[in-house]
Amino acid sequence: MIYIRNLTKVYHSASGNVRALEDVNLNIEKGDIFGIIGLSGAGKSTLLRCINMLEKPTSGSIEIDGVEMTRLSPSELKEMRKKIGMIFQHFNLLSSRTVRGNVAFPLEIAGLNKRAIDKKVENLLELVGLSDKADNYPSQLSGGQKQRVGIARALANDPKVLLCDEPTSALDPETTLSILNLLKDINRELGITIVLITHEMNVIKQICNKVAVIEKSRVVEQGPLIEVFKKPQTETARNFLKSVTLSEIPKELKDKIENLSHEHLEGKIIKIAFFGEITTEPVISSIIRKFDVDTNILYGNIDHIQGMPYGTLIVELRGKNGETDAALKYLKDLGLDVEVIENV
Amino acid sequence: MSETINLLLVGTWQTIYMVVVSTLIATIFGVPLGVLLMVTDKEQILHNEPLNKILGTIVNIFRSVPFVILLIVLIPFTRLLVGKAIGTTAAIVPLSVAAIPFMGRLTETALREVDRGVIEAAQSMGASPFQIITKVLIPEALPSIAAGITITTINLVGYSAMAGVIGGGGLGDLAVRYGYQRFMLDIMLYTVAILVAMVQLIQFLGDILVKHLSRNR
Repeated sequence: MIYIRNLTKVYHSASGNVRALEDVNLNIEKGDIFGIIGLSGAGKSTLLRCINMLEKPTSGSIEIDGVEMTRLSPSELKEMRKKIGMIFQHFNLLSSRTVRGNVAFPLEIAGLNKRAIDKKVENLLELVGLSDKADNYPSQLSGGQKQRVGIARALANDPKVLLCDEPTSALDPETTLSILNLLKDINRELGITIVLITHEMNVIKQICNKVAVIEKSRVVEQGPLIEVFKKPQTETARNFLKSVTLSEIPKELKDKIENLSHEHLEGKIIKIAFFGEITTEPVISSIIRKFDVDTNILYGNIDHIQGMPYGTLIVELRGKNGETDAALKYLKDLGLDVEVIENV
Repeated sequence: MSETINLLLVGTWQTIYMVVVSTLIATIFGVPLGVLLMVTDKEQILHNEPLNKILGTIVNIFRSVPFVILLIVLIPFTRLLVGKAIGTTAAIVPLSVAAIPFMGRLTETALREVDRGVIEAAQSMGASPFQIITKVLIPEALPSIAAGITITTINLVGYSAMAGVIGGGGLGDLAVRYGYQRFMLDIMLYTVAILVAMVQLIQFLGDILVKHLSRNR
């Protein structure tokens, strides 16, 4: 659907050249909700704007639906942009127009007649749940409502692609969730491919099926979300994951482990990270039954991404004569990610 | 007394005539000039360095010439345009010429206030530069443009006081010729009072207009 090849963007300024994007390659397939995550200044905003040519790439190619974007004439580009919706962090609505007028705007630009516009606007407002606000002005709406108007406006010309520029960064957590759910519905029901940039792993976790991590102008990691969650390859990816998983042991727990390790001379404290179906297996009770060990669960959490459970468990194992080692091996053989964090 | 009233009525009418017509002309030419100044600037939708520089320079030249001098320098141009160089109608030419660049700069400033993100959103929808100007820039900046027209109108009331130099008449001329040169203090006071009232009224109406345009925003 969207293939980005060797994309480079250099800004020329008086103080020298700034390389905003460096040899970026991405494959975004039809129906994807593709998340691009990076810290501010990493280049994600430039990357998103290169997709619809709001920023002209310095070199490289961007192919959307078989059309090479970098070679379009200005009028061809205008036509193509009508098929690529875009929503923004700060909504960018026209303050001089009502909700209805804002949603009608792209249709007026596309040259539809008034009756067709009215009908379309009604449907779009219904889709985003704002039919009762049609005659309000943006200043009279909440942030979430404004973003809904933005989404309705972006969908007006039946785009194949929806570009989302930090769509929830100006919203509170609850509103964020409702907007993300709306985007998910749009993706599923209208089959629109979504490309979303954000600095919040939580947003990626909620809706994306694929993710690319961008750092210092380069894409350092990309793949299906679950793969990246399971085995992050880069420090940047791990740092982003920290915000949504427990890979750091809380300080209180660390202190507790310190104390425990002094009390019991034959224990091991292990961290088990699990992912997928194994989460539902009774692994703890089976090691108790199979080996001569006692277990003490110190900490645990479980969360879901894309309906798949994942979590961390910190367990103290106590046993005699290699029984703990045998239990550890058993857990590893089950495919669990086991790590001894305090060897006593 | 009735002669005084008559003088004041004629003077007031001449001032209103000069100010209203030149405000209209200044708006008709100044707003598009302001649009051009804004859209041709760096990083704007129709960036055109040479055109922007040329327009900017011309605007600055006209804005730096004192109005009294502009009145005289423009006499041949005025004659060409309205067939005569003196009189109230003739005074409208230099008044407009002075007000157009002023209105242009005010419009340019008003358009710069429009959120870049909104322009970007319109571009992302495939809007042409012309559509962006007519459907985004001007509607979004309309309250500020209206405020600019108010300022221009009040400025023109001030400029019109100098129209007497080319026989344009008006309240300012009345104050100079009767109030100052003939020591008719009452005429001086009346004209000043009328001018003050006029400016207050323009500002009041302008504020109402701006408020009306920016309601709901």
